[in-house]
Formats: sequence, structure tokens, C-alpha cells
Amino acid sequence: MTAETSALPLVGRDRVIGYGLLVLAVLCVVGPFAWILMSSFKQQIAILTGAWSFTPTLSNFGEVLFGRRSDFAGNVANSAIVAATSTVLVLIVGTLAAYSLYRFAWARWVTTGFLGWTLVFHMIPALTLVGPWYLAFRELGWYNTLGGLVLTHVTLNLPMTVWLMMAFFREIPPEIEEAAHVDGCGPLEAFWYIALPLAVPGLIAAGVLAFIFSWNEFSVALNLTARDTATVPVAIARFAQQYEVQHSQMAAAAVISTIPALLLMALGQRFIVRGLTLGSVK
Amino acid sequence: MRAAAAALNRSFKHWSLLPAVLIFLLLTLYPMVNLVRMSVSTIAFVEGTARWSFTPAHNFRLLLNDAVLAAAAVNTAIFVIVAVAVEIALGLALALLVARLARGKGLMRTVMVLPILVPAVAIGSMWKLMYNYDFGVFNQALTAIGLAPVNWLGSTKVALAAVILVDIWHWVPFVFLILFAAVEGVPPDVIEAARIDGASNRQVTWRIIIPLLKPALAVALIFRSILAFKTFDEVFLLTSGGPGTSTELVSLHLYKVFFEQNQLGYGALLSLAIIAAVVAFLLVSRKTLALRSAQ
Repeated sequence: MTAETSALPLVGRDRVIGYGLLVLAVLCVVGPFAWILMSSFKQQIAILTGAWSFTPTLSNFGEVLFGRRSDFAGNVANSAIVAATSTVLVLIVGTLAAYSLYRFAWARWVTTGFLGWTLVFHMIPALTLVGPWYLAFRELGWYNTLGGLVLTHVTLNLPMTVWLMMAFFREIPPEIEEAAHVDGCGPLEAFWYIALPLAVPGLIAAGVLAFIFSWNEFSVALNLTARDTATVPVAIARFAQQYEVQHSQMAAAAVISTIPALLLMALGQRFIVRGLTLGSVK
Repeated sequence: MRAAAAALNRSFKHWSLLPAVLIFLLLTLYPMVNLVRMSVSTIAFVEGTARWSFTPAHNFRLLLNDAVLAAAAVNTAIFVIVAVAVEIALGLALALLVARLARGKGLMRTVMVLPILVPAVAIGSMWKLMYNYDFGVFNQALTAIGLAPVNWLGSTKVALAAVILVDIWHWVPFVFLILFAAVEGVPPDVIEAARIDGASNRQVTWRIIIPLLKPALAVALIFRSILAFKTFDEVFLLTSGGPGTSTELVSLHLYKVFFEQNQLGYGALLSLAIIAAVVAFLLVSRKTLALRSAQ
């Protein structure tokens, strides 16, 4: 079956209705994005009157990014630092762990214990651990530091990274590594020269998702950062929580916050969709 | 140098797993043990340092008499059941539909991934603007057709439904992506065979395709239920639990106990209760998951 046919095609009037519903679904998803994009180019006054025709302005973006009373440029820098650093670290730690569990004969309790724990930790709300993290980080002087936040994001993304990388390692034909072993390749060399290059699509998928999840993460960042270490989602929430909601700036900040996801999406959609649905259909 | 490389090679099995194990021990297991310690204590900050006192009964009494928690538990149950049910129904319908169309599959994959990838906080901002009483798009539409505007986020009657609608918009695409991949995985010859045997389109859909989707449906149901239970970001932005307690969720309540009321001891007890609930849910659904991996 090719992508452009169906085993159960709709015909006649059903087909017209079918395409109508498809268009409706797309509009439902895109509509809110279009609305906030439009709002971000409106003056606050045009937002407040609900005008549909207005003179587009870049002033909201200017105000948010370069305004004297706005820290948003700093928030963007914090988010970029935290997301990039935690992504690199989680890829290193997660890939090594995934390869170790996949390749070596660990006792059964180690594998099931490790993977079971990742599942439980992945499923409980992060907020349940923020309290103890807060206490410990205050003690260690890591509260309100980017390093502390990086550490929590590495932890939060570790389960997903391990599962994804294990799935990608499993797809490598074992004969390749066996051949390398026969040729005198040690385990570390086999990993570095054989398995890792073959798992690059997995590294891209896991890396893109880890970056996006870290960039988007809110509930931990909200409680472990203060003004100078706040990330983008925390800053957007501040706009929305002010006594007089700054609608135009909130809209502009929200639009800016979606840019990394859109960029990475454009570059690696194939990998992302694969990563998001992997394991759920196998 | 040679010897070092050889040693790294020999012990690779062990040191490759070590960093991940250390992270889990220090940042998840140790905090959970700490939760137990905190849950029997009252923690006050005196001049910036934490002072612990042992008060186990106090926290339990707070838990039993927490009226807001009771309201939050009811709201969370309604939120999870309604949102997940609608998401599965709509996601399934959409997946079945798109699979039967010749064009538009690539477009749907691209568009449907968007809500999953943008910050939940940005989604909250979007809907906060759209729900606005004075200038939001919904009330503009209502007044345009001559109806009275609705106070979407400010009325105790509508707010929970409004918040649930945002979750549905956010997560139908995720359910769609999972189920669509599963529908595309149904072997075409199975459908051919059924059609040769004279099955109608309706019969093929209900008797052949949907039964084959059961594992994917189970995954979508379990994952979505747990994620819906954890919902925090959008609701924090939209209503913060208000008006009154009409959109208060367990996650929001936990946040408030910890970081607005600074009750770290009681918050820890609440956290343990939430963790126990999630683990219980996982154990119950393990059967379904085991069934799935057996296939």
C-alpha cells in the first residue's frame, strides 16, 4: 500500500464530507495559533477592542525583547542554556545506559528494576519531587541556579531518552557488532565506532524531544528559579499573572516561545513523529 | 594509555550504566526517601535555615480535614474522565477518517504534531486570550449571532468545562498520531479479504479495524489518563484553580500547599499519596501493558 491509496477508500458524497471534516480538523488546530499570532502584532488597544482590522505593529516584540522593564531576553538566554546543556548531558547519560542495558548481560533484577523505576518516575507528577529538590538545593546552594535546573531537566528527560535509544539500538542487526568483536574490537570501541554512528537517527529524535521538553518545562522551573534565572515559560506566566494582564506582550512572548519547536519541527519532523509514536504501535 | 583504554573497555558494561543509576539514586530515590521524612515533620525556615520538628499526627490531620483537596479530587476525576474519553473518541474517528482519504496524510501529521511541541504555557496564553470576556473570539462570535457573552473562565459553572476543552484541543492530536500509525499498520490484505467475503464498510471498520487497534487504544488510554492527571501548566495560567475551587486540580493544590502556604511537611504527605495513587494505577494497568508487549 502506498501513501496515496487506501484499502477502504471513501467515494462520492462521503469523500466530499471526509475532506470537509479534514479541513475542519486542520482549522481547529491552526485557528488558536493564528489568533495569538494576530494578537501579537496588535497594539494593546486593538486587542482590547477586539478589532479584526488593525495596523500590524512589531512594538510588542520590541517591548518584550528590548524593553527596559522586560527581562525576557534574559529569560530566552536562560532557557536556551538550560535546554542545550541538559540535552547534551541527557543524551550522553541516557545513550550509555541504553546501550549498556541493551548490549550486556545484566542480571534480570537490574534491567527490570532500572526500567521499572524509569516508568514509575516518568509517570508521577514532577511536582511531587519539587519539594525535596527545593530543600536539598537550598542546602547545597543550588536553588536559583541554572545548574540546579539543568540537573532536574536531565533527570526528567532520562527515562524517555533511555527508552528511545534502546529502541533504536535494537534495530541494529547484531551480526554487525559480532563481526566487529571477531575482528578484535573491544566493547567500548564497538559502541563508539559501530553502534553509535548507526543510532544517529535515534540521537536526533531523542535530542530534539529532550530540547523541546526542557524548553517547555514549567512546573519545576517555576519553583526552583527566581527572577534572574527564570526561564521563558515562567516569564510568560508572570505576564499572565500580573494584576493588569499585559495581553499584547503575553501574546508576543508566547509566539516567541513556540519558535524553537517550529524550527526543530521543520528540520526533523520525520524523527519527531517517529519518536513520539515509537513503542506505542509495536 | 594503552592500559587505560583496555581498562575502560573491560569495565565498559559497568561504567556505562553508572551515571544514569547515580542520577536516579540522587535525584529521584533520595528525594522520595526524603518525602517520607518530611511527611512526618513540620518544617519552618528560621533566618533562612530549615528547622524540622517531628509532628506526624499534625500532617495526617491536615490531610483528613483538607476540604480543598476533596474538591480538587472530584474536579480531577471529572477532568480526566471527560477529557480522555472525548480525546480517544475524536482521535479515533479522525484516524479512521484520514486513513480512508487518498490525500492529506502528510499535512495531518505535520499539523497535529504542533500542539504537542509548543509550551503548554503558550497554549494557556492563547486560550486565555480567546476566552477573554470582553474581546475573546468566543464572545465575539456569540454577540455576533445575538447571544449573551459567557464568562468562560470566571464563572463557577463554565470554568471547568472551558479548561477541559483546552486539554481536548491540546491532546486529540496526540491520540490521533498514535491511532493513525496503528490504523496504517493494519495489513491491507485483511481488509481485502473481508471485502471479498462481502463485509460492508461499516463492518470492516467495527469488526476488523477497531479490534486490531485495541493495543494502541490501551496505550493511548493509559498514557493520556496519567498525563491528564498531571495537568498543571495550562490550568495554572488559565484559572489557577478559580473561581473558588471550581477548577482546582490535585496538581494545583499540591503546588499551593508546597509553595504558597509553605507547608513542606503536609505537601510531602500529599505527594506520597499522589505517588501511591499513580503506582496503584500503573499496577492495575500493567496487565494491559503486558498483553500489549506479548503481541
